Amino acid sequence: MQYLRVRQLRKSYGGQEVVAGIDFDLKPGECFGLLGPNGAGKTTTLRLCLGLTEPDSGDITIFGLPVPGQAREARLKIGVVPQTDNLDPDFTVRENLLVYGRYFDLSDAAIRNRIPELLEFAGLSARADVRIQTLSGGMKRRLTLARALINDPDLIFLDEPSTGLDPQARHLIWERLRQLMNQGKTIFLTTHFMDEAERLCHRLAIMDRGRMITSGAPRELIAQHIEPQVVEVFGDGAAAWADAFGRAAAERCEITGETVFCYTHDADSMVHHLDSQAGLRYLHRPANLEDVFLKLTGRELRD
Amino acid sequence: MSARHYQPPRFSLRFLHVWRRNALVWRKLAIPSMLGNLADPMIYMLGLGFGLGAMLPEVGGTSYIGFLAAGIVCSSTMMSASFEAMYSGFSRMHVQKTWDAIMNAPVTLDDVLLGEAVWAASKSFLSGMAVLLVATVLGLTQSWLALWMLPVIFLTGIAFSGMGLVMTALSPSYDFFMYYFTLVITPMMLACGVFFPLDQLPPLLQIVAQALPLTHAVSIARPLMNGALPDGIITHLLVLAAYAVVSFHVALILTRRRLLN
Repeated sequence: MQYLRVRQLRKSYGGQEVVAGIDFDLKPGECFGLLGPNGAGKTTTLRLCLGLTEPDSGDITIFGLPVPGQAREARLKIGVVPQTDNLDPDFTVRENLLVYGRYFDLSDAAIRNRIPELLEFAGLSARADVRIQTLSGGMKRRLTLARALINDPDLIFLDEPSTGLDPQARHLIWERLRQLMNQGKTIFLTTHFMDEAERLCHRLAIMDRGRMITSGAPRELIAQHIEPQVVEVFGDGAAAWADAFGRAAAERCEITGETVFCYTHDADSMVHHLDSQAGLRYLHRPANLEDVFLKLTGRELRD
Repeated sequence: MSARHYQPPRFSLRFLHVWRRNALVWRKLAIPSMLGNLADPMIYMLGLGFGLGAMLPEVGGTSYIGFLAAGIVCSSTMMSASFEAMYSGFSRMHVQKTWDAIMNAPVTLDDVLLGEAVWAASKSFLSGMAVLLVATVLGLTQSWLALWMLPVIFLTGIAFSGMGLVMTALSPSYDFFMYYFTLVITPMMLACGVFFPLDQLPPLLQIVAQALPLTHAVSIARPLMNGALPDGIITHLLVLAAYAVVSFHVALILTRRRLLN
């Protein structure tokens, strides 16, 4: 059985289609990432899947239960980490977990039994009885993740889990998510961080303007959509260099501002040539998901 | 816009968890909160009751303070329910996003709103009770009939919670609530028989007053405190119940439209 099955899902607001007919599945045990620029429809998709918004058309089932019809039942076995922290500011760390567990009809005794384990997972054992305001952004996010686990969910939804966190805090979140995958949890996350998607997701889909433009494993997408090597050239003369040499040497060149991105299968000749160019700096690297993303969704700003 | 938003409410017992959440927050601040809630009505009851009362003969067959006490019990209930449903409710809905967090669990908006309404009514019940208790200590309650005021206070609280939640559903910010207090709550304080008998009002206003919920709360509470059975008690109860049911349902529809789109 698919944990999550979405077919021909559509939702519009004020005549604008925010989700424009998407299909996808989530298999038990996998981590699936929904990537897209701001306003692509990721959060709306997530809200639709949780049954918090009614679709204009299309079918959603979670654990075989129809959503939104039986969304309440489905949510019994789901954990949610929302984009903005909505921890309860009136409570301590421990009380946040206790009160949240009650929403799942868990007994206080059962919740209290579970709290030490969750605090350990979140690295907050020493802070069990402090108020939320004293926690750092990373701690709050870890607590939100721990809160989402209070009901021992089979499926966890995360909406941009590492937005706004510093690198240390992000890596710790990723580490915890990997731990959850090792425990067999199924994860559905939205993000606009490519490195996050590349590191965590078994499979991902790129969404833009309400549509899914492509989907597959991160490596597959890179192999399928983009040349394997990238040379980024910076400096005043970069555009001139591209016209004189780069465009001929690379399969594809893109210029944004003072940076030239050259995509190629063999970067040797370009790199040799660039070494002899005073005043130009360059970076030679393997292609990554961000290159795929920018190729498919364009480079212009979205908000 | 979705037909789903207009469906009748579907409640589950999980509304109790929402109530318990609010109760746990309240417990931490119970004493200052109770004192704060009590100070305002006490100032009115004692200040006007003794000050103004000294200049007045009997009003409606009792001392002025005895007359005033029942009105203050009801208006204090109204105030407390309105504040809780609006300012605190808005904080939880819009500022802290507490409702969003709850709705990610297997609790629906219908349950959240019911929990909030019952909570605001419970808190206002305590406010009304506290005033009643003080009035009783001062010897202003004439008979055990006053115990029947307890369910009436709760019903009054539910009616004003529902009305407050309608405003919360419509509100863009805290400032918006001032309109409701200025245009609805304050006029009701003056037109519903809290400070003086209804028959002192111009005839047209008396008719308007009959349509307002506070009038009916006061009409039940005052005789009960003075040891008499209220006339037309069924009508008064029905009006309060109608305000409670209709305003809650309107609040639910508006909140669904606001949050579940």
